[in-house]
Amino acid sequence: MNKSTMKNNDALVDKKRRAILGGTTAAIAGMAIAPGIFLTETAQARPVDQPVSSKTRWGILINTNNCNDCNDCVTACQNENGWGAGSSDEKNSRPDQKAQWIRTVKVTNKETGYAKTLPMMCQHCESPPCVDVCPTGASFKREDGIVLVDKHICIGCRYCMMACPYKARSFIHEKLTDQLSYAPRGIGTVESCTMCVHRVDNGENPACVDACSDSMIFGDLNDPDSNISRELAKHGGTQIRADLRLNPGVRYQGLNV
Amino acid sequence: MHLLHILKALFMAVMLMTAIAANAEIPRPEVVEAEGKCVEPTDVMRRNHMEFILHQRDETVHEGIRTSKHSFKQCISCHAVKDDQGEYVKVDDSKHFCVTCHEYAAVNIDCFQCHADTPRSTDKHELRVNE
Repeated sequence: MNKSTMKNNDALVDKKRRAILGGTTAAIAGMAIAPGIFLTETAQARPVDQPVSSKTRWGILINTNNCNDCNDCVTACQNENGWGAGSSDEKNSRPDQKAQWIRTVKVTNKETGYAKTLPMMCQHCESPPCVDVCPTGASFKREDGIVLVDKHICIGCRYCMMACPYKARSFIHEKLTDQLSYAPRGIGTVESCTMCVHRVDNGENPACVDACSDSMIFGDLNDPDSNISRELAKHGGTQIRADLRLNPGVRYQGLNV
Repeated sequence: MHLLHILKALFMAVMLMTAIAANAEIPRPEVVEAEGKCVEPTDVMRRNHMEFILHQRDETVHEGIRTSKHSFKQCISCHAVKDDQGEYVKVDDSKHFCVTCHEYAAVNIDCFQCHADTPRSTDKHELRVNE
C-alpha cells in the first residue's frame, strides 16, 4: 500500500470512527433501519473510556484452502506495525534474530504429500505459556483475550520466547528509530503480534485480516452471531497443537487432511 | 584558629562564586508554545506530567482505554517542534519539546527508545478528548 492511499484510508476511517464513537444516543437510535432493527455492530462498540471486558474474546479464523502463498498478510502487518522490510530497523541483526510478528509456514503431510501454506503468528491462547513464565508480569493477557507484552515492564529475559510453542515472539537487539506512534517497539524488549490492538480498540479489523478478507475472518468468539462463530459452527476449525490445550484464539481451516 | 576561620570563609566565597558563574552559563530553556489549549494548566503539567502519562500508559496497554487526554501520542502531536526546514525535530535535537527541559533539568528519559518522537502524516490524530 502506498503512502497516499494509506493517508486517504486513514482520513476515511477517522471520519467514520468519529461518526460512530462520537455519536450520541440519539444518533445511534437514528441508525435503526426499521423499528426494532438496529445495526448491532454500531450499538456494541465499546466506549473509548471504558476498559475491555471478558464478555468479548477476539479471534481470527484462517481458511488455508484460500491461502495462495501471496504473503499479503505479512506485508500488511509490516506496514501497519513498522517492522521488517521497508523499515530502517535492525540493520545489524541476523535474519533469524529479526522481528517476526507473522510468517508463512509450509506444512506437509509426509504420507500423502499434501502440503499447505499458512500464516503463523501469536495464537492468543486462552492459557498462554508466555504469561505463565514471565517473571515481571510484562507478558499478559487482556480481558478480551489478546496476549500482549507490556514493554514498560519487560526486562528482555526472553523466557516467553522459550515457552511459546508457536515461536511467535522475537526480541529487539538494537536501537530503533522511526517507530510508528501506535506501534511502539524498542531495544531490549520482546514483541509479537498484537492482533493490531490499536485498530481493534477503534472497532477496526487487524491489518492482516483487511489485507486478506478472502481467507481470514476476525471477530468475537464469545458472540454466537459473529461471522467467525457462525463459520466455526458451520464448518469447524483446527487449533494448532491442540494437544497442549492452550485454546488459541487463532483457528485454521483446511488443515485436517 | 583564626586562620582556619578565614580559610573557611574564603572557601565558601569561592564556592559561591563558582556556583553563580556556573548558573549564568546555563541558559533557561526556550520552550516552544504549542498551538491550542493543553489538557491541564501549565503549572500542573510541569509538575505532574509524568504521573499523568504513567497512569494513562497502564490504562491504555492493559485496559485498552485510548482517550486522548493524557495520552503520550497526543502530547507529541500538539508539542511537535519544527526546524527551519519545516521538518519535525527528533529527540537527538535539543529543540525537541521534551528534550528542551529534560536537558536543562538533567533528567534522562527512555520513552523514545520505543515511542515515536514526532507525529506522522499517517497518524490517526486523536480528537476524541474525553469531555
